[in-house]
Order: sequence, then C-alpha cells, then structure tokens
Amino acid sequence: MKERGYESGSLQIQMKKKLRDFTLDVSFATQRNSGQGDGCVGILGASGCGKSMLLKSIAGIEEPDEGRICLNGKVLYDGKQRINLPPQKRRVGYLFQDYALFPNMTVKENISAGLKTGIYKKKKSLSSDEIKERVMGLVHWFHLKGLENQYPNHLSGGQKQRVALARILCYEPEVILLDEPFSAMDAHLKEQLRMEVMRVIKEYPGEAVLVTHDRDEAYQLCDRLILMDRGEIIGQGKTRDLFQNPGTVQAASITGCKNISEIRRINGHRVFALDWNVELEVEREVDDSVTHIGVRAHDLIPLSSADEISGKHENVVDLGKATVCEMPFEWYVTLENGLWWKLGKQAGEYAHVLTLPKAVRIPRDVVLLLKERE
Amino acid sequence: MDWSPIWISLKTASAAIAITFVLGLLAAWGVIRIRNRKIRMIFDGILTLPMVLPPTVAGFFLLYLLGVKRPIGQFFIEYFGVKIAFSWQATVIAAVVISFPLMYRAARGAFEQVDQNLVHAARTLGMGEIQIFFRVLLPNAVPGIVSGGVLAFARGLGEFGATAMIAGNIAGKTRTLPLAVYSEVAAGHMDTAWNYVWVMIVIAFLAVLLMNMAGNRKNRWE
Repeated sequence: MKERGYESGSLQIQMKKKLRDFTLDVSFATQRNSGQGDGCVGILGASGCGKSMLLKSIAGIEEPDEGRICLNGKVLYDGKQRINLPPQKRRVGYLFQDYALFPNMTVKENISAGLKTGIYKKKKSLSSDEIKERVMGLVHWFHLKGLENQYPNHLSGGQKQRVALARILCYEPEVILLDEPFSAMDAHLKEQLRMEVMRVIKEYPGEAVLVTHDRDEAYQLCDRLILMDRGEIIGQGKTRDLFQNPGTVQAASITGCKNISEIRRINGHRVFALDWNVELEVEREVDDSVTHIGVRAHDLIPLSSADEISGKHENVVDLGKATVCEMPFEWYVTLENGLWWKLGKQAGEYAHVLTLPKAVRIPRDVVLLLKERE
Repeated sequence: MDWSPIWISLKTASAAIAITFVLGLLAAWGVIRIRNRKIRMIFDGILTLPMVLPPTVAGFFLLYLLGVKRPIGQFFIEYFGVKIAFSWQATVIAAVVISFPLMYRAARGAFEQVDQNLVHAARTLGMGEIQIFFRVLLPNAVPGIVSGGVLAFARGLGEFGATAMIAGNIAGKTRTLPLAVYSEVAAGHMDTAWNYVWVMIVIAFLAVLLMNMAGNRKNRWE
C-alpha cells in the first residue's frame, strides 16, 4: 500500500480508537514547506475532543485500535500488518504539558538524557566531547547559561519549558509534538513562552504539530489548522482561511465565533437571522445549503452619526437594552437580541465608562456563511 | 545468657532483606509493566498471598515443597548435597517469603507514584526500559522503596511461624530471637526471655527511626 501525493518529509495518519464517549477517527497528512520558516500544524479543539490521544498515538504512548501512521516514509503503526513501533524507535519529540523533566537530573543531564542511548548507541556513538558540545550549544541557544547544574525543581516555569525544548532538540527527532504547552501557565508568562516556542518551530527543520484548545495560540503559531470535535476532524486548511471562512457551525464555534444564528434564505444575498430577528445583506452568495450565519463579536461597528445622515442603514441592529461588561482592555456588550459585541478600549482610555451608540452595523462582508454538519 | 539467637536473627534478617529487596523491586517492576488489568491483578494477588496467609500456613507450604522427602527438597539433596529443611538457610527462606510482599507492595506503590509522563518522556527520548528503570523509576521512588525495605527487614527479623515450620527451633542453629523468646517462656525462664524482648524492642525501634528518617530525607534535587 503506497500513498500518493505526499513526499517523504511528512506525517501521515489514519487511525481509529474507541474512547469512553466517542470514537477517535481521524485521517490527515501534513507536509511542511521546507526552508520557508513557516509555523507548525495545529490541532484545535475543545478539551476532551481526543486531540491529546491523537498526539500520544503518534508518539507511541497509546496504541490505536486500527489504522496506519507513517512518518517520513517509515511506518510507525499499522494495524493490519501488526506493526507498532515502541516510542524509542519513533524519533518523535514530545513536549508534555508539565514538561516531564527528570527531577533527579540536572539541566545538563536532562538535555542529554536521550543521547547516550537507543539509536545513538547502535549507529554512531557520540563521543562525550560531542555530547558536551551539543548540550552546551543548546544551553546557550535557550539562554540557560549558569543553570546547567541546577535541578528542575529550582527552575521557573519558563526555564523548565526551555530545558524541555532543548532536551527534545538535542535528540534530533523527526517530528515535534507539542501537547497544550501553555495551558498550565500564568497569563503573563504565556506570551513570552509562545514566542520562545515560535522561535524553535521556525528554526527546526522537521515537522511540528501543536495541540491546543486556545484559538489565539493556534492562530499565532500555526500555518495550517485541523479542527477537531468529538474525535472527528471537522475542518482543515490554512489558518487564515479557516478563521475567515470556517464553513460549518462547529468550525465557526471552535475558531471562536461568538454569534451564530440559524437563517431563512430570502435571496442570493439576503437572509433573515432567526435567532437575532434581523434581516441582513451578505456579500457572499447564499445558496440553499447555507443554514446558519456567523458574525465575530469584534466585527460589529457602531453606527456613526455620519452613517445615520447618509442614510446608510444596511444591516443595522439596535442595541436595545444592552448589557455591558468591562474587561481590562475591551468591552463586552450583549445586545438585547443576543448578539455579542466586543470593542477594544482606546489606548489611555481611563474613563471606565462606555458611551453606547444607539445601534451597530454588521458590514455585509464580515458575515460568515455556515452549514450544519451532518 | 545465650547470645546465639541475636546473631542468628541478625544474620538471617540481613541475608533475607538482601534477597527480598532485589526480588521485591523486580516483581514490582514486572507487575506494573503488565498491561492487562486482570492478569496484573492475578499476579498481584499471588505475590501478596504470603502476607495475608497465617505464617504457619506459609511455612506448611514451604515444608511441603522443600521437605526432605519432597521433590524439590530431594532434588537439592541429590544434586547439591544440601538439606534445606531445618537448616539455617531455611530461616532465610522463611523470612524472605514472609517479608517479600511488604517489599513488593511498597516498591509497587512507589513506582506507581512516579509521574507516568516521566516514563513516557524517557521512552520518546529513546531510553531503553532497563535504563528507564535505573535512571528514572528507581531514583524517583527512593523514599517509598527505602521505607518498604526497612519494614520488610523488621518483618523478617520478627518472623516466627513459618520459621518454626520449615527451620524448626534448633538452638545455636535455627533458633532466632522470636523463637528464643517463645522457648524461654515455655521453659519458665522469664528473665532470659526479658533480655531477648529488650533486644527485640531496641532493634524494632531503630528500624522505625530509620524508616522515618528515610521518609523525611530530602533528595539533593529537592
């Protein structure tokens, strides 16, 4: 059995595994554009949608019920042929959520833990000088100088992550798997650590797969996204395209679209949104298959007085009795008809009072046309 | 006062703990590596049995297996010229069998407490299973293993029932401290019994002390 269309530098997965509430059933392939310094492949989905199990199956920590997993032409798992390589032989780098640093080893020992064994033992044994050199190179690259002889318990969260990344790179895996690497982090650390991971992904020549439930993280780090819901892939493509045109109700919701309404089609560019009780003009052609529309909460714009004078009354929604909720850098406004509106505060806006307009406008080109997945 | 029970007991308990320690660790490692839950439970049950059975029953089985007229006992006599039953070695065998479950269960618990992700990480980094045992599992399970070891040592030291069955109560040869206490009381020598009792209490107290120290000891990496 030979797959067509994929070159050697890729990860191909087709697997099924029965989980408690549903069956994880996915099939996809990744192909990194080498030399472009691009980001990684992201798997975005709510907690418990099976994405962690998928990653663990790639690493060989969990065994699928059936299917086939190939990495760079090497079969890691094949249910039919009863191939199931142990993790040791897969050359997969796995960044655990809690980093899983060995507490009994120093930073230096942790980084080189993968070197003295396995493939290196059999093929080309690295001399201790070579090991030292490689470890010191990574220590330097990850700004860990001076911490080489510390134990992980004495490190900060950020330092731990850097050691974990250095340990993975030191082993020179063929793919890096990142399992929700930032979810256990404080908000202020997150931003910084994401930049760090981005730097690694950019430098790293092989494939990288990031699993996350955070759409900001996915958008920032991933060029290509796979959206997952209850064990199934419900959408995949270029990250930007997916956010701009998620296609299905579920995909829109996973990419963070707050406003989704069922519609009644009036004509090719006009719909009635049942949940919001408004009629809307839309840019994109509405055909019979469209059942819902979505509008991102940031895409609503206040109706200015100029609009009112010019009589530009297209897609105007009255605020009615709106509820306002103040966040540090933005306002959350819930319109009376249930629409969510998020508007950023201006820099230096300290008034903590929001003067609400009478109405908001939904530009016709921001409306997402969606289908209900069967 | 006859000092031999003290020496015999210390010798027996030391030899027994050396064997129990290694066997217990290996058994614990083996059992946690069994993937099938039912099979794992069956093995766990068999290995724990000597702890739940009355020691005399365990001793009865040992006698049944190793007795002079039994196949294994005869095998040893014929091929090695060693008579196991009622020899000093028999006291060690009895102590090992009875103290083994304590060591095994403590080690198993300690291994299971080790973060599974450490083992997964080690595997994805290409570390072999034996190397993972020595470099990841063992170092991170030390406190539990040490306290289990001390407990097993104390249990081996206090072994009575199984020892009496398989090794007998031969003064100067297989008479350990617990047997000596029993024999002295049976003979009406309460003063001598008291001496042995005090020795036992001191050793037992030291063992508990050692165990607590091991439990509280901070690793250099903490």
